[in-house]
Amino acid sequence: MAKELIKGNTAVAEAALRAGLEAYFGYPITPQTELLEHLSARMPEIGRPFVQAESELGAINMVYGAACTGKRVMTSSSSPGVSLMMEGLSYIAGTEVPAVLVDVVRGGPGLGNIAPAQGDYNQIVHGGGHGDYHMLVLAPASVQEAVDLTVLAFDLAEKYRNLVAVLMDGSIGQMMEPAELPPFQPLKTDIPDWAVRGTGGGENRVLTSINLDPPAQEVMNLRLMKRWQEIEKNEVRYKGYYLEDAEYVVVGFGTAGRISLSAVRAAREQGIKVGLLRPITLAPFPKDVLDELTEKAKAFLVVEMNAGQMLEDVRLVVRGRKPVEFFGRMGGVVPYPDEVLTEIERLVDGPLTTEGHPRDRWLARLSETIG
Amino acid sequence: MVMTDVPAKIVYERPEALDPRVTHYCPGCTHGVAHRLVAEVLDEMGETGNTIGVASVGCSVFAYNYFNIDFVEAAHGRAPAMATGIKRVYPDRTVFTYQGDGDLASIGMGEIVGAASRGEGITVIFINNANYGMTGGQMAPTTLPGQKTSSSPTGRDTKRQGYPIQTAEMLSTLEGSSYIVRRSLHSSREIRRAKQAIRTAFEVQKHGLGFSLVELLSTCPTNWGMSAAGARDWLEERMLPFYPLGDYKISPAVAELKI
Ligand SMILES: Cc1ncc(C[n+]2csc(CCOP(=O)(O)OP(=O)(O)O)c2C)c(N)n1
Ligand code: SF4
Ligand SMILES: [Mg+2]
Repeated sequence: MAKELIKGNTAVAEAALRAGLEAYFGYPITPQTELLEHLSARMPEIGRPFVQAESELGAINMVYGAACTGKRVMTSSSSPGVSLMMEGLSYIAGTEVPAVLVDVVRGGPGLGNIAPAQGDYNQIVHGGGHGDYHMLVLAPASVQEAVDLTVLAFDLAEKYRNLVAVLMDGSIGQMMEPAELPPFQPLKTDIPDWAVRGTGGGENRVLTSINLDPPAQEVMNLRLMKRWQEIEKNEVRYKGYYLEDAEYVVVGFGTAGRISLSAVRAAREQGIKVGLLRPITLAPFPKDVLDELTEKAKAFLVVEMNAGQMLEDVRLVVRGRKPVEFFGRMGGVVPYPDEVLTEIERLVDGPLTTEGHPRDRWLARLSETIG
Repeated sequence: MVMTDVPAKIVYERPEALDPRVTHYCPGCTHGVAHRLVAEVLDEMGETGNTIGVASVGCSVFAYNYFNIDFVEAAHGRAPAMATGIKRVYPDRTVFTYQGDGDLASIGMGEIVGAASRGEGITVIFINNANYGMTGGQMAPTTLPGQKTSSSPTGRDTKRQGYPIQTAEMLSTLEGSSYIVRRSLHSSREIRRAKQAIRTAFEVQKHGLGFSLVELLSTCPTNWGMSAAGARDWLEERMLPFYPLGDYKISPAVAELKI
């Protein structure tokens, strides 16, 4: 199939539909709305359910119900809407049914704004909903990657009976880029054994997240954790750029990773031996490769469009063995490649330290410019 | 022993849709009666093997243990949304929710109004027992003015705590709802009427006529602090005047329905 110029949100919607999406439930919110709008036209066109729910609470619980039938279902939203979905996400995790969520992140907290941001890292990667559960989190840095990861999201959700989130920021959702859409997959015909379908007479199935017996609930918790270990073993994905001889390593995901790549290239032109690690799975986090890089690199620079949420995961792996610095923009402000380049140069010029917290140093530097 | 040649005839049987286990409901609680009516209706319609139920959060949270049909268990108030998800992917299945008054008329008001206004083809069995049974008898959106509960210990004061919600009346104003009635479970006569209404509600769904809801006035002797008989009397004397039984919405298509 040929490439076409297409908006991120529309591309993700069309990719999901082609991947065999059987039902979509959502609620309008910028900068995600084109995704819902595209499916509001396309799903009925091919005879599949589309429901604009009364709220994100409604949407995620419609997904929960439909997911209990084992069919391919999804919802999409942006930060404030995803906050509202946390209840349903926890229930879906607790019932061990597969579902896909696309979060097109915007500036926050609160109503914030509709500009691109990465402030949902913590609520998506480290829970948000109650109880011990993990979502598999995929973070695209281009429209093409968003398309590919959306298709993958359904396969992974079903393989592990686990929630999969595609975490993209508003710029991936809003940007137009050439991308190749996936071929049409036929709808699944097999019903998983655990799925409800309407069968009485002793054969009936029950799907629930309640378990009043603590030891039995703990067994369920252990099952979830073991499954997560398996996901950690099998599903880590990342992309490395110029890492072979890198003395300095930038770590960034999504749009921050993409902007960092421009900065890394510019720095390479100046002869600075710097590379980029761009995690594609934020959960499971690419710990092993980061650990290897810690052995080789002189220092790290973490770049994010938040106040350093992934930074904490990087620090957990580096464990003070090498200096880590941080550069972030927040509130919907997107960093320029030049700004990241300046940070890389600062890394090279030093002085560097493994003491203190990189966020404190960043804030101190920031107050000189922003006040 | 005197032998007669009158042949034995079964006049009472446990519905196939109802599991033979003992329920956890308190003596005199009408949740069990409501379960039985639903099971009888599904059996009589031949729908037992074609139904998916959605249990809610409340005393009936384990309803799925008592039915021999596929079930899912929703978050508090969200059963109509979950049922929507199921019904949309399985339009030929019978899908119903079973919800309490706290669940449906307080935390889940958005979901029930959404489902009704969309004309979602599901059936809702709504148990109004004027309190939050499961959590120990707190004030519900249905608690009567002056009624004492564990969170309105001196009686519901309408100045501070507002007025109860008349759910059937309210939902009947929505164009999307097709069949909205209120019945009661306090006497055998009313129980028979309740069963007819439940049958109609499921027939509405089976015939693709849209959203149906049966509100059932119910007893909670434990939290009302009454005997089973006393609770039935209290329902009749106190609840009926505020929650009149009746048909609040019968859409033209439903009126044509012959059962
Ligand atoms: C989000 C959430 N809030 C609160 C609760 C606690 N809770 C459990 S049951 C219930 C009340 C249920 O009352 P009702 O729906 O009237 O059912 P009944 O027990 O009276 O049949 C509450 C508040 C909960 N489980 N989830
Ligand atoms: S507490 Fe009330 S509603 Fe719950 S089982 Fe007992 S009597 Fe029934
Ligand atoms: Mg109640």
